[in-house]
Amino acid sequence: MTTSTTSEPGAAGRPRADTAAVPAPTHLGGRIYWQGRDTWTVTKRNLRHFVRQPRLLVFSTIQPMMFVVLFSFVFGGIAQVALPEGVTYIDFLLPGLFVHSAAFRSTQTAVGLAEDLERGVVDRFRSLPMSRAAVLSGRTLADLVRSLAVVGLMIGVGYALGFRFTEGLLAAVGAVLVVSLFSFMMSWLFCTLALWVPGAEAAQTAGFVFIFPLVFGSSIFVPIETMPDWLALFAANSPLTHAADAARALSIGGEALRPVLLSVAWSVGVLAVIIPLAVRRYRRIV
Amino acid sequence: MSAVTVSQVRKRFGETEALAGVDLTVDEGEVVGLLGPNGAGKTTLVRVLATLLPPDAGQARIFGLNVVDDANAVRRSIGLTGQHAAVDELLTGRENLRMFGELFHLSGRRAGDRADELLDRFDLADAADRPARTYSGGMRRRLDLASSLLVRPRLLFLDEPTTGLDPRSRNAIWEVTRELVDDGTTLLLTTQYLEEADQLADRIAVIDHGDIIAEGTGDDLKDAIGGQVVDVVLLDPADRSRALEAVPAAEPLSDPRRFRVPVAEDSALGVLGTVADTLRRIGIEVHDLGLRRPTLDDVFLELTGDGPAGGAASDGQGGADTSSTTAGDGQGGAHASSTTAGDGQGGADGSNSTDDGAPSADAAEAGGSARGDDDDDQEAVA
Ligand SMILES: Nc1ncnc2c1ncn2[C@@H]1O[C@H](COP(=O)(O)OP(=O)(O)O)[C@@H](O)[C@H]1O
Ligand SMILES: [Mg+2]
Repeated sequence: MTTSTTSEPGAAGRPRADTAAVPAPTHLGGRIYWQGRDTWTVTKRNLRHFVRQPRLLVFSTIQPMMFVVLFSFVFGGIAQVALPEGVTYIDFLLPGLFVHSAAFRSTQTAVGLAEDLERGVVDRFRSLPMSRAAVLSGRTLADLVRSLAVVGLMIGVGYALGFRFTEGLLAAVGAVLVVSLFSFMMSWLFCTLALWVPGAEAAQTAGFVFIFPLVFGSSIFVPIETMPDWLALFAANSPLTHAADAARALSIGGEALRPVLLSVAWSVGVLAVIIPLAVRRYRRIV
Repeated sequence: MSAVTVSQVRKRFGETEALAGVDLTVDEGEVVGLLGPNGAGKTTLVRVLATLLPPDAGQARIFGLNVVDDANAVRRSIGLTGQHAAVDELLTGRENLRMFGELFHLSGRRAGDRADELLDRFDLADAADRPARTYSGGMRRRLDLASSLLVRPRLLFLDEPTTGLDPRSRNAIWEVTRELVDDGTTLLLTTQYLEEADQLADRIAVIDHGDIIAEGTGDDLKDAIGGQVVDVVLLDPADRSRALEAVPAAEPLSDPRRFRVPVAEDSALGVLGTVADTLRRIGIEVHDLGLRRPTLDDVFLELTGDGPAGGAASDGQGGADTSSTTAGDGQGGAHASSTTAGDGQGGADGSNSTDDGAPSADAAEAGGSARGDDDDDQEAVA
């Protein structure tokens, strides 16, 4: 049943709302500009989150530094026998640990995004005339910034333990870049994962299930020649091995071109597939 | 041009039909209150209109733009303050507003200025540099509302803006809302409180089970359910039958200590006085006696002969359990019109109105007990 409408709409006599909203960008340049600015706004937000969550801060700063110390002392003795003459374990280990920490950090990307999706703030993002993809690009970019900071810290600890870059500044920068690209790729990968696996806990669990075998089945901790054949075969073709080998060669010498090309190709290839996939998925589920 | 045009919008979540073919129009500059109990479909409708949820069927347009096809354009002219504060808990109030301002594509400086203005206006300046996590519920809601206003929206959605707030925060929100409306913002507000809709809205649309079941001004709706009552709680239930005989037009309620007397237009003091005098004369003491406005439960019972969808009490009147009221004798209505008219001794004494199937609004008072109990109680006392 419906009672009749007897009220008169209050529209009469009221001034129109003056809206100061910026008009929609119509051309491509404008869209790219706003995409970039929205990404940066969300990046700033995620970096603030990062420093305001003690748990996260510890996980992603203290822990990698601790690993540098622990692994180098615990495995240093036995690993030494498998290493070439003149290479100390810390020299071998540190570039590998860049990759190790990038891989584990990416599970935090999944958790962070999953938490965002459960938070009310995403509703507001969605009702704003902002780029939707900025929620993803802002997160992965913040992770990249964080990644650089962590690599810096690890280098500091490594230097205290005797690690030295031997191939010059340019190569050292190259090592950090290869690792950062790998790290960026892993962030996107885990963003994508979080968009399919609902819930922060699940995202984290799913992350670890993938990460553990990948990290240990690679050249991060030991040369793959020391592994049983089947594992060596797996490790030799792992993108983690490529990244670790590339970083290692650029840091302390060795054949660099092949692992660098392989690692960059993997990262770029995966990004090319996964970014559109993630963005599409995000637009659909959110 | 209409600000909002909704036609035959449907939305289903699995088994639940959250919106069952809603039609609604809001003119530019108008304030419409969407009144309905928990689970009625208010949030779902607002989310559809705010482009957050695509409808399964039907059409929704905002200033002529389709919410699905022109979502981005729609987002430029709307603001949304949802039922749950959509602010970033880890950022401070100021950081939140700056961020949303930038995402509204204001320049960094403009976003900063606007943030400061809004912090002042919403009485949040002192807390501006504390993380939103540390805010009280009221502060959070104010921050949330401020976040919708960085760019003045042409159309603002407020989804239960004051539910669960303390009176101070509620007043602050009402005040800002009125200012916005005075400035010409069109407002669609959802609420579970008739009082709130009445205070703020030009027009009220009542929604239940995903369907608009009534539209009109607050007065229209109140007239439809018979206006105010004098609500009496006796000290001793044993006195009630005597009281019901002595007090003109008294109607028993399910609580054996309670009864009520409908009040006609402009006769509140008279009826209040008559009730008090009569009770004093025959020596009956009361625990509580006062004027009560119609509640949402009353509106629903009157309009649908059914309990609110969620069964949840909306305003502390006790849960009007659906099952207790569905037995209902249709629209009831009898109580309001007949008894207010028959202000005198008329036939509508307590046992009478109970016997012929108590007015459905009584069940609103039932606090969950079934109609049957009501009758039994009445007989036991009588
Ligand atoms: N995401 C969802 N999934 C399943 N059911 C939902 C969802 N959102 C709302 N509902 C159901 O739809 C109905 C209307 O909900 P809602 O619009 O939130 O009502 P209101 O805001 O009036 O309380 C309720 O029965 C609710 O349980
Ligand atoms: Mg709701």
